[in-house]
Amino acid sequence: MTKHTLSVLVENKPGVLARVSGLFSRRGFNIDSLAVGETEHPEVSRITIVVDADSSPLEQVTKQLNKLVNVLKIVELDAASAVQRELLLVKVRADRTVRSQILETANLFRARVVDVAPDTLTIEATGTADKLDALLRDLEPFGIKEMVQSGMVAIGRGSRSITTGPALRAA
Amino acid sequence: MSRPTPETLAHRAHAFAASSSAATPANQAAPVVAPTQVTGAGSLVKSLEALGVDVAFGIPGGAILPAYDPLYDSKVRHILVRHEQGAGHAATGYAQATGKVGVCIATSGPGATNLVTPIADAYMDSVPIVAITGQVARPYIGTDAFQEADIQGITLPITKHNFLIQRPEDIPRVLAEAFHLAITGRPGPVLVDIPKDVLQAQTTFSWPPTLELPGYRPTLHPHGKQIREAARLMSAARRPVLYVGGGVLKAHATEGLRKLAELTGIPVITTLMARGAFPDSHPQHMGMPGMHGSVTANYAMQKSDLLVALGARFDDRVTGNLESFAVGAKIVHADIDPAEIGKNRAADVPIVGDARHVIDELITAIEADQAAHRTGDYAAWRSTLEELQVKYPLGYDEPDDGTLSPHYVIERIGKIAGPDAVYAAGVGQHQMWASQFISYEKPYTWLNSGGAGTMGYAVPAAMGAKTGRPDTVVWAIDGDGCFQMTNQELATCALEGIPIKVAVINNGNLGMVRQWQTLFYEQRYSNTELGTHKHRIPDFVKLADALGCVGLRCETAADVDRVIEEAMAINDRPVVIDFVVGKDAMVWPMVPAGLSNDEILFARDMRPDFPDDAV
Repeated sequence: MTKHTLSVLVENKPGVLARVSGLFSRRGFNIDSLAVGETEHPEVSRITIVVDADSSPLEQVTKQLNKLVNVLKIVELDAASAVQRELLLVKVRADRTVRSQILETANLFRARVVDVAPDTLTIEATGTADKLDALLRDLEPFGIKEMVQSGMVAIGRGSRSITTGPALRAA
Repeated sequence: MSRPTPETLAHRAHAFAASSSAATPANQAAPVVAPTQVTGAGSLVKSLEALGVDVAFGIPGGAILPAYDPLYDSKVRHILVRHEQGAGHAATGYAQATGKVGVCIATSGPGATNLVTPIADAYMDSVPIVAITGQVARPYIGTDAFQEADIQGITLPITKHNFLIQRPEDIPRVLAEAFHLAITGRPGPVLVDIPKDVLQAQTTFSWPPTLELPGYRPTLHPHGKQIREAARLMSAARRPVLYVGGGVLKAHATEGLRKLAELTGIPVITTLMARGAFPDSHPQHMGMPGMHGSVTANYAMQKSDLLVALGARFDDRVTGNLESFAVGAKIVHADIDPAEIGKNRAADVPIVGDARHVIDELITAIEADQAAHRTGDYAAWRSTLEELQVKYPLGYDEPDDGTLSPHYVIERIGKIAGPDAVYAAGVGQHQMWASQFISYEKPYTWLNSGGAGTMGYAVPAAMGAKTGRPDTVVWAIDGDGCFQMTNQELATCALEGIPIKVAVINNGNLGMVRQWQTLFYEQRYSNTELGTHKHRIPDFVKLADALGCVGLRCETAADVDRVIEEAMAINDRPVVIDFVVGKDAMVWPMVPAGLSNDEILFARDMRPDFPDDAV
């Protein structure tokens, strides 16, 4: 699978997310993950989309996205030149006998315990998809009661910023 | 970045449209209006006036009602249609015939959803229309209120953009943006949904507003390097073809196209959407390509070594099976929409730009090449194609059952009404025959639903075209199936003084579907018999009469000219002619769906004898 991470800067207006997600389903493009949030410009939102580009050429995806009137800018952030992170919250079965082992595993991944109950621990971890997969693999034997994962967010390395430029100033 | 302003709305209408319009032409500078207190509805109507709208097609209803009050006093002519679908197609026909933005108006809920088909149709054919719909009042939105429909959500995938206005003060800006989006770049439909309480609220109107479209920057001027590369390929090619699409008409580039064609001597083919962009009588014109295209046009594409696509999109009805389409051809693909380039067929030289600029700059580059003695030699290619044209002309056999030939009827309409008339077709066999057997010599004389294939398009589109060009003869070439979908607009035409002429090519059947049943379903005619022959239900002559039109009937070849002449002589009312034609006539040539264009048949079981070795 060829995965590509796109940072899509959009006008912060009602319905923009529906336009973007609707475009993907209508054109048969596959989304692996999607995360949306504010930027340092209140009138601009940022959507990070991980696209499975085997199903459709990345070029078509970006060209079609660019046609949306509310889309300001699209930048591809590849793993080598960007910091990519996902957030994982996982509730693990943790009775007295295995609790210390689970804590050890969490520490190994620099994950944090954010909630404790008599028979479970809830662990928060951030990282790349690979790291979170590895953590989950290690926690699996203890019994995962529930988990939730965010879409990936990404930001380019170095001092350059993608949220500057003519399109953004006008927005 | 310089923001677009309403001055950019001083867009191009076809030259003849501006002069034939009594109201302010859209290509005059926008007026300046100092802030005035009005209702939202007043602001809407003033915006339409400031945008140079001379006519709007629509039907009032609860949510849009406030807008109809100031419209009552406006110089904008409102044409009350009988069904919102008619309003939408009329706006499209108006836009295609005049080059200006077509406007349609509907109320919320079912009024708005009735616009969905014409909006989808305009989207597929890149026609600039603005649809204005009423919406339930803001506090009711999302409560399943009476006549509520999320028309913004519904039309998301079939509009270039759409708006739901939340604040009355936004009305002028959003209307200006809607018109700007509709007509610039790749044109398309834009919907503006306005809640009733926004129309009723007090607000301030001033003009011009400042457009806020930071994400909208269509590329008009092509890249010089790409142009030079395209010119180089054109002079180096031995078997080039200019593959001309509807974008050339939208860009008002037909004069340039002719110059480019004559400068280079490259053969031209025009797609269904581009009929009229290049004169049919021109010796370099090889006809229409695709499923029902000419043998020569399809051969030219298949054997070409360079396809220069201008405002065309490699639609499946043109290419047939993509894998085997023009396998030996390099592709120069010029389009204003970058997403069209490489969508269906990879381009060797992609050119993003407005077809007019692309063509003008290609001419300059080729003139420079020719001055440096780099001139293409296509003599052998031209003579091969010319031989094919002689060998496989478009033609038809007289039906052997003695019935009237639909081809003949359509050919005669074209001959008698001539190249200055506008022809709007429905969808099906009659559409293909109207494309094949009428000779289009001038741009903006052929209107049809190409991409969406919307049955019922012809009558309302002809109404819109005649409204925009009242001094032009406008014929709707319709089928008996299509005609029964939208003929109610003839009542509109009769009452509003829009004397269109309708030729119902009545074969008693859904003819194109029947043709496929004949060819591919062992003559099992499931649900294609309409009873318009067998039972004469409806009787189109009586129906025409009931709708305030003149109804004529023609059943023999001997009467065809006389009846057409009779219709041509009537200019105070719409005319409907019921041409009772044979049901077994078929559209040829034909490439069966999904097959390679090499498999073209010029008549049933008749494959052309192609010159094997390419030139």
